[in-house]
Amino acid sequence: MTQMSRFLVSVGSVLLLCSLASACQRKTTETTPAAAPGKAASAQSAVSADNGNWEMPGKNYASTRFSALNEITPANANRLGVVFTFSTATTHGFEAPPLVVDGTMYLITPYPNYLYALDLTQPGAPAKWVFKPKPAAASQGVACCGPVNRGAAYSNGRIIFNTLDGFTISVDAKSGQQVWRTAVANMQKGETITMAPLVAAGKVLVGDSGGEMGVRGSLTALDEATGKVAWKAFTTGPDKDVLIGPRFKPFYPMDRGKDLGVKSWPPDAWKTGGGTVWGWISYDPGLGLIYYGTSNPGPWNPDQRPGDNKWTAGIFARDVNTGEAVWFYQSTPHDLFDYDDINESILADIPWGNGRRPVLLRPDRNGYFYVMDRRTGQVLSATPYGYINTTRGIDLRSGRLVYAAEKEPKPGRVVRNICPASPGMKDWNPAAFSPATGLVYIPHNNLCQDQVVMEANYISGTPFVGADVKMYAGPGGNRGVFTAWDPMKRRAAWEIKEDLPVWSPALATAGNVVFYGTMDGWFKAVDARSGRLLWRFKAGSGIIGQPISYRGPDGHQYIAVVAGVGGWAGAVVAGKLDTRDPTAALGFVNAVKDLTTKTTAGGMLYVFALPH
Amino acid sequence: MSSRFRTSCAFALVVALAMTGCNREERHSRSKPLGETVDTGASPDTIIPGGGTPQPLDPRAALYDNNSPAIAEGQQLFNKMNCVGCHSHGGGGMGPALMDDEWRYGGRIDQIAATIAEGRPNGMPSWRGKLTEDQIWKIAAYVRTLSGLPSKDVVGSRSEGISGPTPQTLTPHQQPRPSDTAEQ
Repeated sequence: MTQMSRFLVSVGSVLLLCSLASACQRKTTETTPAAAPGKAASAQSAVSADNGNWEMPGKNYASTRFSALNEITPANANRLGVVFTFSTATTHGFEAPPLVVDGTMYLITPYPNYLYALDLTQPGAPAKWVFKPKPAAASQGVACCGPVNRGAAYSNGRIIFNTLDGFTISVDAKSGQQVWRTAVANMQKGETITMAPLVAAGKVLVGDSGGEMGVRGSLTALDEATGKVAWKAFTTGPDKDVLIGPRFKPFYPMDRGKDLGVKSWPPDAWKTGGGTVWGWISYDPGLGLIYYGTSNPGPWNPDQRPGDNKWTAGIFARDVNTGEAVWFYQSTPHDLFDYDDINESILADIPWGNGRRPVLLRPDRNGYFYVMDRRTGQVLSATPYGYINTTRGIDLRSGRLVYAAEKEPKPGRVVRNICPASPGMKDWNPAAFSPATGLVYIPHNNLCQDQVVMEANYISGTPFVGADVKMYAGPGGNRGVFTAWDPMKRRAAWEIKEDLPVWSPALATAGNVVFYGTMDGWFKAVDARSGRLLWRFKAGSGIIGQPISYRGPDGHQYIAVVAGVGGWAGAVVAGKLDTRDPTAALGFVNAVKDLTTKTTAGGMLYVFALPH
Repeated sequence: MSSRFRTSCAFALVVALAMTGCNREERHSRSKPLGETVDTGASPDTIIPGGGTPQPLDPRAALYDNNSPAIAEGQQLFNKMNCVGCHSHGGGGMGPALMDDEWRYGGRIDQIAATIAEGRPNGMPSWRGKLTEDQIWKIAAYVRTLSGLPSKDVVGSRSEGISGPTPQTLTPHQQPRPSDTAEQ
């Protein structure tokens, strides 16, 4: 991080010259060395030396999901084998990563949110303890997309995680005893928590879920030691609730103005307008800023909420200590298709002029791969990484997404062939960034849909959607893609077409092996430079969990992932839905009817290593 | 609310229901006698200690089950009261599918009405006080059509929305069975 700070100072003057986004962007792409996408092209920042642990879902504050371990290489990956397994006692979608801290593995399950500690120093990794938070069973009925949990975080001897029914809990990592428990979300209003907290600068950052339930989205910072609320920033409403003050300097005029969180809505619609914070938070310790995206506005029916619907479907930069908003960029103003913007922000420094520029790399749900200056929120480039017909591009002068009028949903009008579909080009499952190759490994969808909207009634604690949707495979017929994206050349270096949507996150390693899983249960290792399949393993259930890599107590590199199909994409299996209704699970069932024959529900941890 | 008020409300409801029944008598279009279309197996997963017969069907069932106008109104309510948000058009989502043969809490109309009124522990909200009993029974009557339980001449012949399941006249009859899913 200190290295990055030096960068900031040294390249500051260069950056001032580049006042026009388009000019800068063209220049960058032209001056990028074509033959050297490696270390010259980009490098991560805010990453300290890899200690072999995996202490937070994104691996580090920069959310690179990159392990510096390199024992496993393209030359030997085909010798990977199972070292041990562990049954999670759950059959809901398993989206969380294991955490590894100094010889202990921690596993947070979907509802009922058990927290297991496994002793990696012992053969077979026996459980040391299990913590059962006993969330309310009714919370399962308020979670839009399966009662999932996206991970815990380790900090200062504690494991911190969220429960589906709205609590944040800190548990002593050694004893498994609860240290504190704080209510953050209210399930009676439709709020749940599925996201993984980020612990930064002594704060535990927690956001709510419920964008399909008419909730008012927010991000809450809790004191790491006590669990007391330090600040809370709403996504909608007056500036004082959104923590917008004198420091707020959005890059684009469209995001400037007083109380836009009220004025860009019909009267009172902001109170039920969504904008939840159920995805990923990154942190730049040098700038003291956190970055996170906000969800879709509610209801899905856009006819009920004319206006830009601030501050939904965009990205906030906030001061981690005070919560003050520093900038905001609305990637999808007046969202029409449930294009949440909660996807990960990967922090990287890219070559820029004679120096480097601190940026966010964002594979957005709306289908564009954004490169943004993370100090200002300026969009440096926004490039489609799959097939898009709902929008025509981003006007880099105004920053505004340009919609295709013919795809706009109107009540009583069936709109067909909307691409990407509501889960977006990519949903929650994060990409990985390898500074060794300079590539971003994006697990994503290739789905389109038909949609009709109708008036949604707001009834607190029940769905607030107002849309019938029917999804299907996009062009080419493959429903998923694993894309290695070159953010400098703004094109794919290679891609792997997958039959099913790719709902598992990616893992990149310094050994130039990249891992991901498929919904029919294959766990795959591919060459980071070519995409060549090196090894695969068939797990007992579909994989939507986050793979990790860690150094075991014996000094060797291990790979771990939990299989357990579910979530929105796998609801047809985990929730035993009926495939005769194409609109089931908000229309996802129609796209994955065959999943019921390809996998079964389950929950099993698999840990792999080379023979040693 | 005073108990006297509740009593008078209940009385009014009984009168209203009775009147509805009278008015609709001519409009019922049952193809079979009532007793043959109502599943008398009761709650399929209920053990009755010492043997015996399940609780008899609530007499109100006769007013709603196989009642075409009640089913049509129930369908409207199913959409407007956001049931569709969780159960889709029968295929399920946040909530379980309603068009299959699995019934965790029983597939009899009075059991479905009880589920709607009281809620269920894994996330089904309680609608008592939000909907009238009449509305609850109408929704229950409609829910049974999703798995083809009422006779075909009382259900709509048009499919739901752009892409919902086939028209209910084509929905196969699926005899209620206990669910093998304990939760979700």
